[in-house]
Amino acid sequence: MAIKVKNVNYTYAEGTAYEIHALKDINLEIPDGQFVGLIGHTGSGKSTLVQHLNGLMKATGGTIYYNGKDIYGEGFSMKELRSKVGLVFQYPEHQLFEIDVLTDVCFGPRNLGFSKEEAEEKAKAALRLVGMKEEYDRRSPFELSGGQKRRVAIAGVLAMEPEVLILDEPTAGLDPKGRDEILDQIARLKKERGITIVLVSHSMEDVARYVDRIIVMNQGQVKFDGVPKEVFRHYKELEEIGLAAPQVTYLMQELKAKGAEVDTDATTIREAADAIENWLKGRQG
Amino acid sequence: MIRDITLGQYYPAKSVIHQLDPRVKLVTTVIYVISLFVANGIVGYAVATLFLGVVIKLSKVPFKYITKGLKAIVLLLVLTAVFNLFLIDGEIVLWRWGIFRITDQGVRTAVFMAIRLIYLIIGSSVMTLTTTPNDLTDGLEKLLGPMKKIHVPVHEIAMMMSIALRFIPILLEETDKIMKAQIARGADFETGNLIQKAKAMVPLLVPLFISAFRRANDLAMAMEARCYHGGDGRTKMKPLHYESRDKTAYGVVWCYLAVMILVGRYFT
Repeated sequence: MAIKVKNVNYTYAEGTAYEIHALKDINLEIPDGQFVGLIGHTGSGKSTLVQHLNGLMKATGGTIYYNGKDIYGEGFSMKELRSKVGLVFQYPEHQLFEIDVLTDVCFGPRNLGFSKEEAEEKAKAALRLVGMKEEYDRRSPFELSGGQKRRVAIAGVLAMEPEVLILDEPTAGLDPKGRDEILDQIARLKKERGITIVLVSHSMEDVARYVDRIIVMNQGQVKFDGVPKEVFRHYKELEEIGLAAPQVTYLMQELKAKGAEVDTDATTIREAADAIENWLKGRQG
Repeated sequence: MIRDITLGQYYPAKSVIHQLDPRVKLVTTVIYVISLFVANGIVGYAVATLFLGVVIKLSKVPFKYITKGLKAIVLLLVLTAVFNLFLIDGEIVLWRWGIFRITDQGVRTAVFMAIRLIYLIIGSSVMTLTTTPNDLTDGLEKLLGPMKKIHVPVHEIAMMMSIALRFIPILLEETDKIMKAQIARGADFETGNLIQKAKAMVPLLVPLFISAFRRANDLAMAMEARCYHGGDGRTKMKPLHYESRDKTAYGVVWCYLAVMILVGRYFT
């Protein structure tokens, strides 16, 4: 049990005309090593929620436990929490500022008190992990392409070697190729380092292939929480809150409606193809 | 910290003051500021207080919200009061310690100066709280219109002002976001001495400048794409018109100024 969120509430600008109740009584548990997709429409509270997980925002009610310890408790070090729970913001490339890529990635580990050599070692490891070649280490981060900048920014958080990595819309504004590259790299990261990953997104299609569990948020509340195929069974309700299930879900549902006895739980194209094949074989046999 | 300054922050509500023409509110604010300097006695300040009180009441903006703007000038307020208190010469010495002394005239000036400053800030805050920045610049452009004859680029100034005002919340939000992103990477903006704090600002300021330039560039491109070419021959979607309530408001304001001048002359 790594992160436990208990009855968390958050209200923006309490007591003014701009008051917004962004989180309403959230209860969640994210165990170690899980790959979680956090999905919701714009303004559903997903970004607000993840900023609570590393203590950047303080809940107006409720508590959050990290490895059993109350993060609002006395003597709890927020700095330590932030080194354990790494958060990559939306458009993280906007936070780059150093003269070259390597120095920028060193910023995190240096803040944690590592020596220059140690920090550089960690930075280089993180850069290789996100697929940035050594030749870019001494280039200015502002000369890179959008996708490269984003990878450098993700490396900037990875270099702190967090136990939990939260990525807020890591693929926003990238072309399909850049998107697949980033997502594949995150999935590989999960395999190689075994860390917990929370992927925030508004696209089911993006996350369906990778995650173990999907949490759907709507208007500050958790609407669905379960393995992808369980969540996609509610595809009609998902549509009502402005989301959509992956296209294969629609295809399989339609096939079934037309009388084909296929397994509608397929979430990826591969699974769908297998399900159709099974059905065809069954019909012949 | 930065959020405490209410200047330029609109407070949405439905009130008579909100509905007034922005030109009326601009003129009223200027007249109010003048009236504060005309007043030099308790009666004058009582009238000014009454006027301000009525306007605040009518505006339906919570009082707590209006006084928020004062936090930013507390230091200035204290400094002015202290200087006036010790440096103004008067006839009756109330207190003496070495070279420091406080006179009746000093106390009087200190108190009145503080009231003047407070009312000045509250008065202009009421204007900005009840008028959207766009209305404000529209009003300003219209009021300064005659100056076009002497080749003052009124439209350009108004446009720059509205862009600047429009960008304040955006840049604040951006600052907040970058700050959070760097804190998530272990940056520390709070502890350390002055030099360390200044150094800690680099990871915040560099991205902020880059983003400000990027946004300015995008905006210029978007304006050009929509054929913006300055103020010549440009019409308004919602031209400003005086309604009867605006005329009434002008009447009230001029009466107020007349009263203040009379009070200043006969009650000192």
